[in-house]
Amino acid sequence: MLTIENLHAQVEGKKILNGIDLDVKAGEVHAIMGPNGSGKSTLSAAIAGHQDYEVTKGAMLLEGEDLGELDAEERAHKGIFLSFQYPVEIPGVSVTNFIKTAINANRKAKGLEDMPANVMLKKIREKSNLLEIDSRFLSRSLNEGFSGGEKKRNEIFQMAMLEPKLSILDETDSGLDIDALKIVANGVNKLRAKDNAIIVITHYQRLLEYIVPDFVHVLFDGKIVKSGTKELALELEEKGYDWIKEMA
Amino acid sequence: MAYTEEELKKELETKEYEYGFYTDIDSETFPVGLNEEVVRGISKKKNEPEWMTEWRLKAFDAWKAMKEPEWANVKYNKPDYQAISYYSAPKKKDQYKSLDEVDPELLATFDKLGISLDEQKKLAGVAVDIVMDSVSVATTFKKTLAEKGIIFCSISEAIQEHPELVKKYIGTVIPIKDNYFAALNSAVFSDGSFCYIPKGVRCPMELSTYFRINQAGTGQFERTLVIADESSYVSYLEGCTAPSRDENQLHAAVVELIALDAAEIKYSTVQNWFPGDKSGKGGVYNFVTKRGICHTRSKISWTQVETGSAVTWKYPSCILKGNDSIGEFYSIALTNDFQQADTGTKMIHLGKNTRSTIISKGISAGKSQNSYRGLVQVSPRATNARNFSQCDSLLMGNKCGAHTFPYIEVKNKTAQIEHEATTSKIGEDQVFYCNQRGIDPEKAIALIVNGFSKEVLNKLPMEFAVEAQKLLEISLEGSVG
Repeated sequence: MLTIENLHAQVEGKKILNGIDLDVKAGEVHAIMGPNGSGKSTLSAAIAGHQDYEVTKGAMLLEGEDLGELDAEERAHKGIFLSFQYPVEIPGVSVTNFIKTAINANRKAKGLEDMPANVMLKKIREKSNLLEIDSRFLSRSLNEGFSGGEKKRNEIFQMAMLEPKLSILDETDSGLDIDALKIVANGVNKLRAKDNAIIVITHYQRLLEYIVPDFVHVLFDGKIVKSGTKELALELEEKGYDWIKEMA
Repeated sequence: MAYTEEELKKELETKEYEYGFYTDIDSETFPVGLNEEVVRGISKKKNEPEWMTEWRLKAFDAWKAMKEPEWANVKYNKPDYQAISYYSAPKKKDQYKSLDEVDPELLATFDKLGISLDEQKKLAGVAVDIVMDSVSVATTFKKTLAEKGIIFCSISEAIQEHPELVKKYIGTVIPIKDNYFAALNSAVFSDGSFCYIPKGVRCPMELSTYFRINQAGTGQFERTLVIADESSYVSYLEGCTAPSRDENQLHAAVVELIALDAAEIKYSTVQNWFPGDKSGKGGVYNFVTKRGICHTRSKISWTQVETGSAVTWKYPSCILKGNDSIGEFYSIALTNDFQQADTGTKMIHLGKNTRSTIISKGISAGKSQNSYRGLVQVSPRATNARNFSQCDSLLMGNKCGAHTFPYIEVKNKTAQIEHEATTSKIGEDQVFYCNQRGIDPEKAIALIVNGFSKEVLNKLPMEFAVEAQKLLEISLEGSVG
């Protein structure tokens, strides 16, 4: 699904990623852990195509296709989804209107007509039921006045609607209490499938109790310094990031 | 790649005027210059009665003694009023009885504007009175309206056919000496629309007028008079487009609304005149005076979407004369490149228990300047007057300006006045968020702007709201495809 080879990236001239190699196959869930400043969010932004993040070396391939030259929206059209750590507010644009616009933009890119309103409505109902989202929530302005939990749930709702091939969940657990965390994790688990893949980026092991990964990678100083299975996350939790720092 | 401020700016600069074409129609135009003879000439051309000619001359005298106002937050080279031709009418055979008789090129122009009469006729519930270069050339749905006793025609026709109504109301809300541009308009207005809704009648369709400025160098001086008799209702739409032109064009319209007891008038405008090119050259000067008077328990609601013109000077206002009357003002003003807008409203509370609401949304991009200027005035006898004002500004880039000048004059202790104002900026993070969901930068900006303007867009009649949304998109996007 996603292959990253020797990826180097910088922000405003500052080198953040120093040679990342990662291979994510369809049906897999990978967790990327690491201390603050290790480059976790930079990696997600680089994959999504944020233009402030300059790739200086290496390559990213989605199903064999080089992402390097593609704009953020083109990467989205190819099936890359980023659940933001801090979702932005767009006043006056309802959750429904936003997702409708996004879905039709993706369809247009594929040469399809707009999704008929009744089909859209059905899909919205289905996905909001799946994620236990109140219909009143759908008419509110995007992220405006949302609690932390609501914002993250809205991200997962959009993921459900857009049905991406590769989803990156950037610090989805940050700012969530345990109940909200469970709801969000539960939603993500329902969306796991054979033909999609998920990268979970997190600082803490806590989220991985609910979204159980197939692989865990530890990022430090812009490099993956250790990879393993879910047990690695527990070990990391126990020994702390200093253990990694000593290793690096 | 996502979107930076720099690129955003560049993209905004690539905007081109969509309706930038010029139709070559055989017209009859007065020589340039303004004097008593020209005023008389216009009146004579239109075969007006003596009282109308006298009224125009009085206005002309008043205008001569007045000075062009300079208090607005706009800078422009004052027009040379002696270099303008004050009358330009498409040469007409007699009256047009059907579309076949209308100049095909004129019809083609309407087609380009997307307002072909054929289409309009099919559009449910919209009657169109098209004013092109000052003379009405076509009126549809007139019969349906006539059955209800509704008069909807050009002001010239009204002067001929319904002089008693025109004489009774013209200049009563906006006196000829009201201001420089109103005086000028009163002296030289060429045409415009007239509407009368009889007592107790609810106008069954949205009345709609499209204005254009076509002939090079002719100023356009429209005069609109809407009278809603007791307990009647009318929704009036006014939409404007104009062809590209190299020199500045002056537009000084006057719109007067009269809502008699328990009547309601909804007046909506979408204005898209040529704003000038990317370097700020050319463009329409839009100096408009719009005002309505509310009698007892009546209501006037102004809704405007202003995206065009190089310079806009416009304050649709309400005089809340009757007790329990209501005034509303909903506005979106979008400026780009070198456009300047100074717009807002005046709510004059004279009657008891009068209420007013002001919602103003200003969007500035490029190097434009966008000002809200509003006055809320409560007179000593206006007990229990209420006003709520909200002025929001959205900035794109860092070379434009947003300004708010709210004036509040309260002379009655029972008044309740609220004023809220916000200023925000379209963030790169908002655009990137949309990009990540597959929405391209142009569409993302349109979405954000439409969200910002939503409260006002919602006030427009449905089909007009869609048009207005498109217009906001066109006004902000380049032809980047």
